[in-house]
Amino acid sequence: MKEFILGLNREFESRVRLGIMSVLMVNEKAEFKTLRELLDLTDGNLASHLSALEKAGYIKVKKQFIDRKPNTTYSATKDGKKAFSEHLNLLEKFLKTQ
Amino acid sequence: MNDQEHLKTLADIKNLMERASKFISLSGLSGIFIGFYALAGAAAAAWYVNSYNYKLTSYYYPVVSTDGALAGSFLNFFLVDSLAVLTLSLLTGYVFTHRLAKKQGFMRWDTTAKRMLINLLIPLATGGLFCLVLAHHHQAGLVAPSMLLFYGLSLLNASKYTHNELRTLGILEIILGLISAMHVEYGLIFWALGFGVLHIIYGITMYYRYER
Repeated sequence: MKEFILGLNREFESRVRLGIMSVLMVNEKAEFKTLRELLDLTDGNLASHLSALEKAGYIKVKKQFIDRKPNTTYSATKDGKKAFSEHLNLLEKFLKTQ
Repeated sequence: MNDQEHLKTLADIKNLMERASKFISLSGLSGIFIGFYALAGAAAAAWYVNSYNYKLTSYYYPVVSTDGALAGSFLNFFLVDSLAVLTLSLLTGYVFTHRLAKKQGFMRWDTTAKRMLINLLIPLATGGLFCLVLAHHHQAGLVAPSMLLFYGLSLLNASKYTHNELRTLGILEIILGLISAMHVEYGLIFWALGFGVLHIIYGITMYYRYER
Protein backbone atom coordinates (compact mmCIF):
# COMPACT_ATOMS: atom_id res chain seq x y z
CA MET A 1 0.00 0.00 0.00
CA LYS A 2 2.72 2.42 0.99
CA GLU A 3 4.73 1.36 -2.00
CA PHE A 4 1.77 2.15 -4.19
CA ILE A 5 1.44 5.66 -2.84
CA LEU A 6 5.14 6.30 -3.29
CA GLY A 7 4.99 4.98 -6.82
CA LEU A 8 2.12 7.17 -7.94
CA ASN A 9 3.33 10.22 -9.74
CA ARG A 10 2.66 13.38 -7.80
CA GLU A 11 2.49 15.44 -10.97
CA PHE A 12 -0.64 13.53 -11.90
CA GLU A 13 -2.46 14.04 -8.63
CA SER A 14 -4.87 16.37 -10.30
CA ARG A 15 -7.67 15.10 -12.53
CA VAL A 16 -7.11 17.98 -14.89
CA ARG A 17 -3.50 16.98 -15.51
CA LEU A 18 -4.51 13.40 -16.15
CA GLY A 19 -7.12 14.74 -18.56
CA ILE A 20 -4.61 16.86 -20.45
CA MET A 21 -2.24 13.89 -20.75
CA SER A 22 -5.09 11.62 -21.93
CA VAL A 23 -5.89 13.98 -24.78
CA LEU A 24 -2.23 14.33 -25.75
CA MET A 25 -1.71 10.58 -25.71
CA VAL A 26 -4.18 10.04 -28.55
CA ASN A 27 -3.46 13.26 -30.45
CA GLU A 28 -0.06 14.26 -31.73
CA LYS A 29 -0.86 17.81 -30.71
CA ALA A 30 -3.80 19.80 -29.45
CA GLU A 31 -4.64 23.48 -29.44
CA PHE A 32 -5.42 25.38 -26.27
CA LYS A 33 -9.07 25.84 -27.21
CA THR A 34 -9.47 22.15 -28.07
CA LEU A 35 -8.22 21.19 -24.62
CA ARG A 36 -10.48 23.79 -23.05
CA GLU A 37 -13.54 22.39 -24.82
CA LEU A 38 -12.72 18.75 -24.12
CA LEU A 39 -11.94 19.28 -20.47
CA ASP A 40 -14.54 21.98 -19.90
CA LEU A 41 -12.24 24.33 -17.99
CA THR A 42 -11.65 28.04 -17.61
CA ASP A 43 -8.63 29.61 -19.34
CA GLY A 44 -6.80 30.34 -16.11
CA ASN A 45 -7.30 26.92 -14.60
CA LEU A 46 -6.17 25.13 -17.75
CA ALA A 47 -3.18 27.42 -18.22
CA SER A 48 -1.85 26.82 -14.71
CA HIS A 49 -2.05 23.02 -15.08
CA LEU A 50 -0.44 23.22 -18.52
CA SER A 51 2.48 25.21 -17.20
CA ALA A 52 2.94 22.75 -14.32
CA LEU A 53 3.13 19.88 -16.80
CA GLU A 54 5.51 21.86 -18.99
CA LYS A 55 7.76 22.54 -16.01
CA ALA A 56 7.81 18.80 -15.24
CA GLY A 57 8.95 18.21 -18.81
CA TYR A 58 5.88 16.15 -19.70
CA ILE A 59 4.53 18.40 -22.43
CA LYS A 60 5.99 20.66 -25.10
CA VAL A 61 4.53 24.03 -26.02
CA LYS A 62 4.71 25.48 -29.49
CA LYS A 63 3.69 29.07 -30.08
CA GLN A 64 3.25 30.38 -33.59
CA PHE A 65 1.21 32.76 -35.67
CA ILE A 66 -1.39 31.55 -38.15
CA ASP A 67 -2.83 34.39 -40.23
CA ARG A 68 -1.31 36.80 -37.73
CA LYS A 69 -3.31 35.24 -34.91
CA PRO A 70 -1.41 33.62 -32.07
CA ASN A 71 -1.82 29.88 -31.98
CA THR A 72 -0.53 27.64 -29.22
CA THR A 73 -0.32 23.89 -29.54
CA TYR A 74 0.69 21.34 -26.96
CA SER A 75 2.14 17.88 -27.36
CA ALA A 76 3.27 15.17 -24.96
CA THR A 77 7.01 14.53 -24.63
CA LYS A 78 8.54 11.08 -24.53
CA ASP A 79 9.01 11.43 -20.78
CA GLY A 80 5.42 12.54 -20.37
CA LYS A 81 4.04 9.58 -22.29
CA LYS A 82 6.19 7.17 -20.29
CA ALA A 83 5.20 8.72 -16.96
CA PHE A 84 1.52 8.68 -17.88
CA SER A 85 1.58 5.01 -18.94
CA GLU A 86 3.38 4.04 -15.75
CA HIS A 87 0.85 5.95 -13.73
CA LEU A 88 -2.02 4.16 -15.44
CA ASN A 89 -0.39 0.75 -15.04
CA LEU A 90 0.04 1.38 -11.37
CA LEU A 91 -3.56 2.46 -10.94
CA GLU A 92 -4.68 -0.68 -12.71
CA LYS A 93 -2.41 -2.96 -10.70
CA PHE A 94 -3.63 -1.40 -7.50
CA LEU A 95 -7.26 -1.98 -8.45
CA LYS A 96 -6.57 -5.59 -9.36
CA THR A 97 -4.90 -6.46 -6.06
CA GLN A 98 -7.73 -4.98 -4.02
CA MET B 1 -8.18 8.29 -3.03
CA ASN B 2 -10.15 5.09 -2.60
CA ASP B 3 -11.07 2.34 -5.03
CA GLN B 4 -14.18 4.01 -6.32
CA GLU B 5 -12.30 7.18 -7.14
CA HIS B 6 -9.53 5.29 -8.90
CA LEU B 7 -12.07 3.42 -10.96
CA LYS B 8 -13.80 6.65 -11.87
CA THR B 9 -10.49 8.24 -12.81
CA LEU B 10 -9.70 5.35 -15.15
CA ALA B 11 -13.18 5.53 -16.67
CA ASP B 12 -12.82 9.29 -17.17
CA ILE B 13 -9.47 8.83 -18.87
CA LYS B 14 -10.86 6.21 -21.21
CA ASN B 15 -13.83 8.38 -22.07
CA LEU B 16 -11.67 11.41 -22.68
CA MET B 17 -9.25 9.52 -24.92
CA GLU B 18 -12.15 8.29 -26.97
CA ARG B 19 -13.69 11.73 -27.32
CA ALA B 20 -10.35 13.30 -28.09
CA SER B 21 -9.49 10.84 -30.84
CA LYS B 22 -12.85 10.56 -32.58
CA PHE B 23 -14.78 13.03 -34.65
CA ILE B 24 -18.29 12.59 -33.31
CA SER B 25 -20.08 15.33 -35.21
CA LEU B 26 -20.41 13.48 -38.51
CA SER B 27 -24.06 14.06 -39.32
CA GLY B 28 -26.28 11.03 -39.76
CA LEU B 29 -29.23 13.18 -40.78
CA SER B 30 -27.34 14.23 -43.90
CA GLY B 31 -27.03 10.50 -44.74
CA ILE B 32 -30.78 10.39 -45.31
CA PHE B 33 -30.60 13.25 -47.83
CA ILE B 34 -27.53 11.78 -49.50
CA GLY B 35 -29.41 8.48 -49.88
CA PHE B 36 -32.24 10.23 -51.68
CA TYR B 37 -29.84 12.11 -54.00
CA ALA B 38 -28.29 8.76 -54.91
CA LEU B 39 -31.71 7.23 -55.63
CA ALA B 40 -32.57 10.24 -57.81
CA GLY B 41 -29.22 9.90 -59.61
CA ALA B 42 -29.78 6.20 -60.21
CA ALA B 43 -33.31 6.87 -61.47
CA ALA B 44 -31.93 9.47 -63.90
CA ALA B 45 -29.38 6.98 -65.21
CA ALA B 46 -32.07 4.30 -65.62
CA TRP B 47 -34.29 6.79 -67.44
CA TYR B 48 -31.43 7.70 -69.78
CA VAL B 49 -30.71 4.07 -70.59
CA ASN B 50 -34.39 3.37 -71.24
CA SER B 51 -34.90 6.44 -73.38
CA TYR B 52 -32.32 5.05 -75.77
CA ASN B 53 -34.19 1.79 -75.83
CA TYR B 54 -31.31 0.01 -74.26
CA LYS B 55 -32.10 -2.69 -71.81
CA LEU B 56 -30.03 -2.23 -68.69
CA THR B 57 -29.30 -5.92 -68.64
CA SER B 58 -27.66 -5.87 -72.02
CA TYR B 59 -26.07 -2.47 -71.65
CA TYR B 60 -24.45 -3.01 -68.37
CA TYR B 61 -22.10 -5.67 -69.58
CA PRO B 62 -18.57 -4.51 -70.29
CA VAL B 63 -18.93 -2.21 -73.25
CA VAL B 64 -16.72 -3.57 -76.01
CA SER B 65 -17.72 -0.62 -78.11
CA THR B 66 -19.75 -2.19 -80.91
CA ASP B 67 -21.59 1.11 -80.81
CA GLY B 68 -18.79 3.38 -79.71
CA ALA B 69 -20.60 6.69 -80.00
CA LEU B 70 -23.48 5.77 -77.75
CA ALA B 71 -21.21 4.06 -75.27
CA GLY B 72 -19.33 7.32 -74.98
CA SER B 73 -22.43 9.45 -74.54
CA PHE B 74 -23.78 7.11 -71.89
CA LEU B 75 -20.52 7.30 -69.97
CA ASN B 76 -20.54 11.10 -70.25
CA PHE B 77 -24.09 11.25 -68.96
CA PHE B 78 -23.25 8.93 -66.11
CA LEU B 79 -20.19 11.00 -65.23
CA VAL B 80 -22.20 14.23 -65.04
CA ASP B 81 -24.95 12.42 -63.15
CA SER B 82 -22.64 10.97 -60.52
CA LEU B 83 -20.66 14.19 -60.16
CA ALA B 84 -23.94 16.02 -59.46
CA VAL B 85 -24.85 13.46 -56.80
CA LEU B 86 -21.36 13.68 -55.30
CA THR B 87 -21.34 17.50 -55.17
CA LEU B 88 -24.79 17.72 -53.60
CA SER B 89 -23.85 15.00 -51.10
CA LEU B 90 -20.62 16.67 -50.04
CA LEU B 91 -22.37 20.04 -49.63
CA THR B 92 -25.19 18.53 -47.57
CA GLY B 93 -22.77 16.51 -45.47
CA TYR B 94 -20.65 19.57 -44.79
CA VAL B 95 -23.56 21.84 -43.85
CA PHE B 96 -25.22 19.29 -41.55
CA THR B 97 -21.95 18.26 -39.90
CA HIS B 98 -21.09 21.89 -39.27
CA ARG B 99 -24.52 22.44 -37.73
CA LEU B 100 -24.26 19.34 -35.54
CA ALA B 101 -20.80 20.31 -34.28
CA LYS B 102 -22.16 23.71 -33.30
CA LYS B 103 -25.12 22.13 -31.55
CA GLN B 104 -22.81 19.78 -29.63
CA GLY B 105 -21.01 22.84 -28.37
CA PHE B 106 -17.76 22.73 -30.27
CA MET B 107 -16.59 23.70 -33.67
CA ARG B 108 -13.75 21.27 -33.82
CA TRP B 109 -12.87 21.31 -37.45
CA ASP B 110 -9.49 20.31 -36.17
CA THR B 111 -7.27 17.27 -35.82
CA THR B 112 -10.02 14.68 -35.41
CA ALA B 113 -12.05 15.97 -38.35
CA LYS B 114 -9.01 16.32 -40.57
CA ARG B 115 -7.72 12.87 -39.65
CA MET B 116 -11.08 11.28 -40.44
CA LEU B 117 -11.40 13.14 -43.74
CA ILE B 118 -7.91 12.34 -44.97
CA ASN B 119 -8.34 8.66 -44.15
CA LEU B 120 -11.66 8.69 -46.00
CA LEU B 121 -10.38 10.58 -49.01
CA ILE B 122 -7.23 8.61 -49.84
CA PRO B 123 -8.98 5.30 -50.72
CA LEU B 124 -11.99 7.20 -52.08
CA ALA B 125 -9.95 9.27 -54.53
CA THR B 126 -8.08 6.13 -55.54
CA GLY B 127 -11.44 4.48 -56.26
CA GLY B 128 -12.68 7.49 -58.22
CA LEU B 129 -9.61 7.51 -60.43
CA PHE B 130 -9.78 3.75 -60.86
CA CYS B 131 -13.39 4.05 -62.06
CA LEU B 132 -12.30 6.61 -64.65
CA VAL B 133 -9.64 4.15 -65.79
CA LEU B 134 -12.30 1.43 -66.07
CA ALA B 135 -14.48 3.74 -68.15
CA HIS B 136 -11.47 4.57 -70.32
CA HIS B 137 -11.02 0.84 -71.00
CA HIS B 138 -14.77 0.51 -71.75
CA GLN B 139 -15.37 -1.62 -68.69
CA ALA B 140 -18.51 0.26 -67.73
CA GLY B 141 -20.00 -2.81 -66.11
CA LEU B 142 -17.36 -2.83 -63.42
CA VAL B 143 -17.72 0.84 -62.51
CA ALA B 144 -20.68 0.37 -60.15
CA PRO B 145 -19.13 -2.56 -58.24
CA SER B 146 -15.82 -0.69 -57.98
CA MET B 147 -17.54 2.41 -56.62
CA LEU B 148 -19.23 0.29 -53.95
CA LEU B 149 -16.03 -1.57 -53.06
CA PHE B 150 -13.81 1.50 -52.80
CA TYR B 151 -16.48 3.44 -50.95
CA GLY B 152 -16.84 0.59 -48.45
CA LEU B 153 -13.07 0.43 -47.94
CA SER B 154 -12.93 4.21 -47.48
CA LEU B 155 -15.63 4.08 -44.81
CA LEU B 156 -13.87 1.21 -43.08
CA ASN B 157 -10.68 3.25 -43.01
CA ALA B 158 -12.38 6.42 -41.74
CA SER B 159 -14.45 4.56 -39.13
CA LYS B 160 -11.47 4.33 -36.77
CA TYR B 161 -11.82 8.05 -36.24
CA THR B 162 -15.57 8.38 -35.78
CA HIS B 163 -18.61 6.41 -34.61
CA ASN B 164 -18.32 2.63 -34.96
CA GLU B 165 -21.50 2.40 -37.03
CA LEU B 166 -19.57 3.71 -40.02
CA ARG B 167 -17.56 0.48 -39.94
CA THR B 168 -20.73 -1.60 -40.32
CA LEU B 169 -21.86 0.58 -43.21
CA GLY B 170 -18.46 0.12 -44.84
CA ILE B 171 -18.57 -3.66 -44.52
CA LEU B 172 -22.09 -3.77 -45.98
CA GLU B 173 -20.96 -1.67 -48.96
CA ILE B 174 -18.03 -4.03 -49.55
CA ILE B 175 -20.30 -7.10 -49.47
CA LEU B 176 -22.72 -5.41 -51.86
CA GLY B 177 -19.83 -4.44 -54.12
CA LEU B 178 -18.56 -8.00 -54.31
CA ILE B 179 -22.00 -9.42 -55.05
CA SER B 180 -22.61 -6.79 -57.73
CA ALA B 181 -19.25 -7.59 -59.32
CA MET B 182 -20.62 -11.09 -59.95
CA HIS B 183 -23.85 -9.66 -61.43
CA VAL B 184 -22.70 -6.68 -63.47
CA GLU B 185 -26.01 -6.57 -65.36
CA TYR B 186 -27.69 -5.33 -62.20
CA GLY B 187 -25.00 -2.74 -61.47
CA LEU B 188 -27.36 0.20 -61.30
CA ILE B 189 -29.69 -1.59 -58.89
CA PHE B 190 -26.83 -2.53 -56.56
CA TRP B 191 -25.54 1.01 -56.83
CA ALA B 192 -28.95 2.37 -55.80
CA LEU B 193 -29.07 -0.12 -52.91
CA GLY B 194 -25.59 0.77 -51.65
CA PHE B 195 -25.59 4.53 -52.09
CA GLY B 196 -29.33 5.08 -51.68
CA VAL B 197 -31.02 2.59 -49.39
CA LEU B 198 -28.03 1.87 -47.10
CA HIS B 199 -27.37 5.60 -46.60
CA ILE B 200 -30.97 6.21 -45.68
CA ILE B 201 -30.99 3.34 -43.15
CA TYR B 202 -27.64 4.47 -41.75
CA GLY B 203 -28.86 8.07 -41.52
CA ILE B 204 -32.02 7.16 -39.66
CA THR B 205 -30.10 4.94 -37.22
CA MET B 206 -27.50 7.62 -36.48
CA TYR B 207 -30.13 10.32 -36.14
CA TYR B 208 -32.04 8.36 -33.52
CA ARG B 209 -28.91 7.27 -31.66
CA TYR B 210 -26.96 10.50 -31.45
CA GLU B 211 -28.65 13.54 -32.87
CA ARG B 212 -32.12 13.87 -31.44
